[in-house]
Amino acid sequence: MDVVLLSRIQFAMTVGFHFLFPPISIGLAWLIVIAEWLGWRKKDAVFEKIGKFFGKILALTFAVGVATGIVMEFQFGTNWAQYSKFVGDIFGAPLAAEGVFAFFLESGFLGLYLFGRNRVSKGIHWFAIFMVAVGSTISAFWILVAGSWMQTPAGYIIRNGRAELTSFWDAVFNPSTVIRFFHVIDAALITGAFIMAGISAYYLLKSKHIDISQKAMKLAVIFGLVVSLLELFPFGHESGREVAKEQPAKFAAIQGLYTTQNGAPLAVFAFPTMPPPQLKAKIEIPGLLSWLAFGDANATVKGINEFPQNDLPPLFITFVSYHNMVALGMLFILLTVLGTVQLYRKKIWESKKLLRIFTWAIPFPLIACQLGWISAEVGRQPWIVYNVFRTKDAVSSSVSSGDLIFSIILFALIYLLLGSIYIFLLIKEIKHGPEALNEKEVLS
Amino acid sequence: MDLNTTWFLLVGVLIIGYAILDGFDLGVGVLHLFTKDENEKRLAMNSVGPIWDGNEVWLLTGGGALFAAFPAVYATVFSGFYIAFMLLLAALIFRAVSFEFRGKVESAGWKKGWDFAFGLGSLIPALLYGVAIGNILRGLPIDQNGNYLGSFIGLLNPYSILVGLAGLTFFIMHGAIYLALKSDGALQERMVKWINMTWIIFILLYLAATFSTFFTAGYLFDGILSNPLFWILFILLMVSIVFIPVSVKGKKFFQALIFSSSVIAAMVGLVAVSLFPKLVPSGIDLAYSLTIYNASSSERTLTAMLIIALIGMPIVIAYTYFIYRIFKGKVVLGKESY
Ligand code: HDD
Ligand code: HEM
Ligand code: HEM
Repeated sequence: MDVVLLSRIQFAMTVGFHFLFPPISIGLAWLIVIAEWLGWRKKDAVFEKIGKFFGKILALTFAVGVATGIVMEFQFGTNWAQYSKFVGDIFGAPLAAEGVFAFFLESGFLGLYLFGRNRVSKGIHWFAIFMVAVGSTISAFWILVAGSWMQTPAGYIIRNGRAELTSFWDAVFNPSTVIRFFHVIDAALITGAFIMAGISAYYLLKSKHIDISQKAMKLAVIFGLVVSLLELFPFGHESGREVAKEQPAKFAAIQGLYTTQNGAPLAVFAFPTMPPPQLKAKIEIPGLLSWLAFGDANATVKGINEFPQNDLPPLFITFVSYHNMVALGMLFILLTVLGTVQLYRKKIWESKKLLRIFTWAIPFPLIACQLGWISAEVGRQPWIVYNVFRTKDAVSSSVSSGDLIFSIILFALIYLLLGSIYIFLLIKEIKHGPEALNEKEVLS
Repeated sequence: MDLNTTWFLLVGVLIIGYAILDGFDLGVGVLHLFTKDENEKRLAMNSVGPIWDGNEVWLLTGGGALFAAFPAVYATVFSGFYIAFMLLLAALIFRAVSFEFRGKVESAGWKKGWDFAFGLGSLIPALLYGVAIGNILRGLPIDQNGNYLGSFIGLLNPYSILVGLAGLTFFIMHGAIYLALKSDGALQERMVKWINMTWIIFILLYLAATFSTFFTAGYLFDGILSNPLFWILFILLMVSIVFIPVSVKGKKFFQALIFSSSVIAAMVGLVAVSLFPKLVPSGIDLAYSLTIYNASSSERTLTAMLIIALIGMPIVIAYTYFIYRIFKGKVVLGKESY
C-alpha cells in the first residue's frame, strides 16, 4: 500500500483520537475554575462539591489526553521526516514553546490541584486549577500556531530547499492563528458545558444529587448559551471569512460552490455528487454566501472550476463535514436557548424531554470538533503546507508500508482499548456520583 | 560560543533534566514490579503520583527543542528508529494511563493488569533510551544526504544492548534511592538492598560498555584525553559514584539522590564531549555525520528559541520547585491518592 496514504491514515487516526480529550480538558477546567471560585469566595459547599466531582472527570480525561499527546509530539519526526526537514526552522519553535510555556504549567498544577486539597490553602488550591486552565489554553494557542502556519504560512522564505524564518511574529500571528484559536477554544468551552449539563440532566432525571445537579445545570446551560452564540458569531463567521480570503479553493469545496458566481447562494442543505461535481436536492439562500464571505450580496465567489484539477481537496468529505459542524452549532444554540428559557420559567427540573436530550447530547460537541478539523485539514489537501509543500512529498523515506501497517494496527488496538476503558470509567464515575465521594474517602 | 554550540549545550541540559527527573519515575515503575503487597504498590505509585507528568514534559520539551534547533536530527533519528520508537510510545502510553486507571476498579485482576502496564511501561523506555544512545555512539547508517539506511533488527546489536542494560540498571538504582527517600520501614530497607545490588551491577556494566566502546566507536576517544573538560567530568563521575553507597549507608537519601543525579549529568556530559560537534555520527563515513552546523536551523530561529528558553525555563524551575516542596517528605496515602 501507498506510504503516503498510510501515513495520512495514521496521522488522522492518532490526532483525531487525541482531540477527543483536549476539548473536554480545556472546557471542564474553565468550568471548574468558576465552580471552585464560587465554592471558595462564596463559601458555597455545593459548588465545592461540583468542583471536586468534575475534577475527577477532568483527571481521567487529562490522563488519556496526555497519553495520546505524547504520540503526536514525535510523529512529525517519525512519519513526516521530509516535512520536518523542510519546515523545522519554523514549525519546531511553537512545539517547543508549548512544552516550555504550557505543558509544564498544566501538568505541575494539575498534580497540585488533585493531590493538594488538604496540603495548601483554599486560595492556592483555586490558583492551581486556574493555572491548569490557563496552561491548557496556552497549550492550545501554541499548537494552533503550528497548525495555522501550515494552513496560511507567513514570515518565511524558501532558501536551500527549506522554509527559513524571516519574522517570528509574522509566523506566529499568521493570517489564521487568532481566529482559529478563538474558534477552537470556544468549541472546547461548548464541549465542557455540554458535559456538565448532560451529567446534571442525568441526575435530575434520576432525582439524584439534586442540590448539586440543579446548580451545575444552571451554570452549564447559561455558560453554554453564551459560548454557543459566540461560536456562530463572531468566531464561526470570521473563520469562514478568513478561509474565503486565504484559501479560496477550500472555501469553494466546503461550501459546495462548483462554479464561479456573482451573488453566490448559501447551500443550507444538499447532497454532493460526482462527476461532474454538483449538488443534489439542494436548499439555497440566494446571495447569502457572497454576503457572508465578503460583506456584499453581489460579490463574486470563486468556484471549484477556477482551480487546477490536481490542486483540489476531496469535495464530498469537506462539504459534508463542514455542513454537519454548522448544523450541530445551530443545534447547540437551540438547546441552550430552550434550556435558558426553561430555567427562567423555573420549569427545567420538570422538562423530562429536554433533560433527556441534554443527556444524549454529551458527545455532540466532540463530533462537531472532529467534523471541524476534518473540513479544515482535508480541505487543505493536497498541500501539507498550503500552496508551498505537497503532502505526497512529506513522508519519511526510511519508513516502509510494512512498518506503517504495524504501527497503525498497534495504535488502533491501543486506542480501542483506551477509548473503551475511558468510557467505562467515565460511566462508572457518573453512576458513583458526587455524594458517594465522601464515603469512598473514608474507606481509603 | 556560537548559537549552534549553545543549543548543543541546551539540548544536553534538557536530556540531563529529563534523565534525572523522569529517571527516578521510571526506576520506581520497574521496582513496582517487585513490591510485595497492595500497600507497598500504592506507596511506590504515589511517591511519583503528583509529579511524574511534569517530569515527562522534559522529554516533550526536549523533543520540541530538538525539532526546532536541529530538525535534521529530529527527522532522521526518529524516522530511522521507527519501530523502536513506536514501541517506546506504546510503553509511555500505558505508563501514563496506569496511574489514573489502576485504582478505579476494585478487582484484583484489574489491578494486576495495570501494575504490569505500569512496570513494563517503565522498563521498556528505561531500556530503550540506552539502546538508542548505544546505536548513536556506534554511528548510524546514514548516507551523504542524511538518509537513514538501517533496519529495526540492526538496532539490536550486542553493544547497544549492553549500553541499554547499563542504563536500565542505573535507572533502577536511581529510582530505589528516590523511593528510599520517600518511604520508611521495610520498604525502605528493601530499597537499600536494591541500591547496593544495582550499584555493583551498574559499575560492571559501565566498565564493560566503556571497554567495548574502544573497539566499536574508537573515534570517540580521538583527542579527548587532552581535553580538560573530559577530566573534570570524569572526576565528577568517579566521586559521585563512590559517594552514593556512602550516603546510603548514613541514610542520607537526599544526598544520595544528588550524587546519582550528578552521575547522570557527568555521563551525558562525557558522551556530549566526545561527540561534539557531531550530533549523530554516520557509521558509513564519519564525513556524512549530522553535526551542530549541517543539521541546525537558521540563526534567527536559534535566537528566537534562546529567548523562549531564557524567559520560560526560569519560571518553570521556580514553580516546579514550589510544587516539589509542597509534596516533600514521606508518602502518606490519603483520600486523594491513586
Ligand atoms: C486545541 C487544543 C489542542 C490541539 C489542537 C492539540 N492538543 Fe495536545 N493537548 C492539549 C491541547 C491540544 C491539552 C489540553 O493541553 C492536553 C493536556 C491534557 C489534555 O487532555 O490535552 C494535550 C496534551 C498533549 C501532550 C501531553 C502533555 C503532557 O504530558 O502534559 C502532548 C505532547 C500534546 N498534547 C501534543 C500535541 C500535538 C503534537 C498536537 C498536534 C498535532 C496536539 N497536541 C493537538
Ligand atoms: C487536534 C486536532 C486536529 C485534528 C482532529 C486534525 C485532523 C486531521 C486530519 C483528519 C488529517 C488528515 C487529512 C488528510 O490526510 O486528508 C490531518 C492531517 C494532518 N494534520 Fe491535522 N488535525 C488536528 C490538528 C493538527 C495540528 C494542530 C497540526 C499541526 C501542528 C496538524 C498537522 C497535521 C499534519 C502534519 C497532517 C498530515 C499531513 C496531511 O494529511 O496534510 N493537525 N489532521
Ligand atoms: C455555528 C456555526 C459554525 C461556523 C460558521 C463554523 C465555521 C468554521 C469554518 C469556516 C472552519 C474552517 C476553518 C479553516 O479551515 O481554517 C471551522 C473549523 C472548525 N470548527 Fe467550526 N464553525 C461553526 C461551529 C462549530 C462548532 C459548534 C464547533 C464545535 C463545538 C466547531 C469546531 C470547529 C473545529 C474544531 C474546527 C477546526 C479548527 C479550525 O480550523 O478552526 N465549529 N469552522
